[in-house]
Amino acid sequence: MSSRTSWIPYALIAPSVLFLAAFFLVPLVQTVWLSFSGDEGLSLVNYQRMAGDLNFSLAIQNTFLLTLVVVPIQVALALVMATMVSKLEKGRDIALWILTIPLGISDLAAGLAWLSLLQNTGYLNSALYALGIIPGPVGWLSQETPWSLFAAIAMAEIWRATAIVLVILIAGLQLIPKEFSEAAEIFGAQPWTRFRRITLPLLKPSLQSALILRTVLAFEVFAVVYALGGRNFPVLAGEAYTWQNENQNYGVAAAYAVLIMAISLAATALYLRVLRTRPEQLP
Amino acid sequence: MADIVIDRVVKEFGSFRALQEVSLNVRDGEFVALLGPSGCGKTTLLRIIAGLEKQDSGRIVIGGRDVSELAPRKRGLAMVFQNYAVFPHMTVFENVAFGLRMQKVTQDEVKRKVERAAALLHIEGYLDRYPAKLSGGQRQRVAVARALAVEPAVLLMDEPLSNLDALLRLEMRTELKAVLREAGTTTIYVTHDQTEAMGLADRIAVMYGGRIDQIGTPLEVYATPATRFVGGFLGSPPMNFIKVRCAQGTARIGDTALPCPAAGGEMELGLRGEDASLASNGSGIPFDVRVVEPMGSHLLLTGAIDGQLARIVAPPTATVTAGERVGLTVDPARLTWIDGATGRAVARA
Ligand SMILES: Nc1ncnc2c1ncn2[C@@H]1O[C@H](COP(=O)(O)OP(=O)(O)OP(=O)(O)O)[C@@H](O)[C@H]1O
Ligand SMILES: [Mg+2]
Repeated sequence: MSSRTSWIPYALIAPSVLFLAAFFLVPLVQTVWLSFSGDEGLSLVNYQRMAGDLNFSLAIQNTFLLTLVVVPIQVALALVMATMVSKLEKGRDIALWILTIPLGISDLAAGLAWLSLLQNTGYLNSALYALGIIPGPVGWLSQETPWSLFAAIAMAEIWRATAIVLVILIAGLQLIPKEFSEAAEIFGAQPWTRFRRITLPLLKPSLQSALILRTVLAFEVFAVVYALGGRNFPVLAGEAYTWQNENQNYGVAAAYAVLIMAISLAATALYLRVLRTRPEQLP
Repeated sequence: MADIVIDRVVKEFGSFRALQEVSLNVRDGEFVALLGPSGCGKTTLLRIIAGLEKQDSGRIVIGGRDVSELAPRKRGLAMVFQNYAVFPHMTVFENVAFGLRMQKVTQDEVKRKVERAAALLHIEGYLDRYPAKLSGGQRQRVAVARALAVEPAVLLMDEPLSNLDALLRLEMRTELKAVLREAGTTTIYVTHDQTEAMGLADRIAVMYGGRIDQIGTPLEVYATPATRFVGGFLGSPPMNFIKVRCAQGTARIGDTALPCPAAGGEMELGLRGEDASLASNGSGIPFDVRVVEPMGSHLLLTGAIDGQLARIVAPPTATVTAGERVGLTVDPARLTWIDGATGRAVARA
């Protein structure tokens, strides 16, 4: 019996594994291969060129800064929103539906929407001018105003992608039986204590999934940045794009891609470790 | 002082009335068992007392304070949930300690009280484990220990021993009763196990279909049920109900005439299996024995009185065989008369 059942799961996942291997693993290996190939065989020349580039350290810095600012804010916001939405007795579906609308907007479109708000002739300047707060158009997205450019990109990213965290956390909240929170309340726990000592620990598996997903995507941030700042705000994925399309240097572009992947894998490994839920602590 | 007054509490789920004007007074330090079949509203009533559910009308007063609008944590009570609600991400120790931690009790005190509650429920060996590694019965005992550890003035328990084996349940029941009596804890204890209710409670409230049919001492509800339901729900075998017709203040079964509390009409005669005795000469109420079950301490006879199913308890030494017709004598004072139309007991004449 056990010898028969042991191969069945493998047989069942085999098709999807083969599919992934063909359409994901092969290009992946090709990319890695490309990044390590120089004029005469295996070499690190692409990585040297990448690291030697003017924008490289700026891209690293910007990408990490953006991730470190955006992801925690998104998770905190999503936690607050998820808690409030799951407390709704009526109209919960409609609230959730509205909150997730940004998910249906492509990242480039989101970037362009924010551009129309924030560019020199955009809605923000028009409004401020009409109110008499500014004498003429103010450049928010130029190289001379790196902090307002950064804030604009962070805001657009938060607006665009908080909903995916929200959806994951709401699903997670729904899995927690309400008795745990009720029991805590009976035994004297205030709302904040209940959230901290009961809800948050029990939500850890969902938080982990949301963090992994959001962090990986944050390291790949590109379209919003490109729409709002162009190359005024270099990020890793943007550099890969530039090397691929403008410089026509596929090797360095591949090196950037591999770097992004390595960072994402490291972040995922970190989350898997730090937010590990031991099996005996699951409900 | 922590007496509980439940005053005409109504609860509706949509159009379904789960509780219909339930009133119940529990004295300070009293142990009241809520007994009733599945779905009669026991958990709902408990959750309303605890404040986890909001009543549609009526009041809850605990220790003279109207708590109807108060949050659960301000009502000063502890509760054992029907499905335990033991925190999965905390060890057994932290689970039992939870209420004490919320009260900001000192570390030494927490340790002392947790260990005492754990010893009482025989879970002291599992304090470092997580609940997922415990059996259902062990988890249930963690839930009881968590409630006892805070030494509450009012304790609500929703079938707290339902998952234990018979032997352990008997032992826990006795210890629980002793501890709660000593501490003077006002307790409402939900169960659908009647022996548990009879053994533990100062008074039993029998619930049925969202109302309390009767409240009284175990002996009262057993011997003088207020409704047909209570008589049929309590006792093993349950009370027998024989349809009779009263005319001129008497009801006749076979040759026996019994004094009837009502002048006339359709009545049901409630007769406990152990309140009938076999007449030596076959006189009295005729009883056609169909099955004889030797139970050790007694014989359980199943048969018919006047064509209606009845179960009678006879001494283990009685010589009765299936198919035989025997005569039963009954003490009229121990009979219950039920109005056939309302299902309620009629006061004895
Ligand atoms: N949240 C709810 N929504 C709708 N109906 C409910 C809800 N909770 C309980 N009910 C209904 O109210 C009635 C009483 O339920 P309750 O849980 O109080 O029964 P109970 O006496 O505790 O039963 P058991 O012995 O099986 O635990 C049931 O018919 C149940 O279907
Ligand atoms: Mg129940």
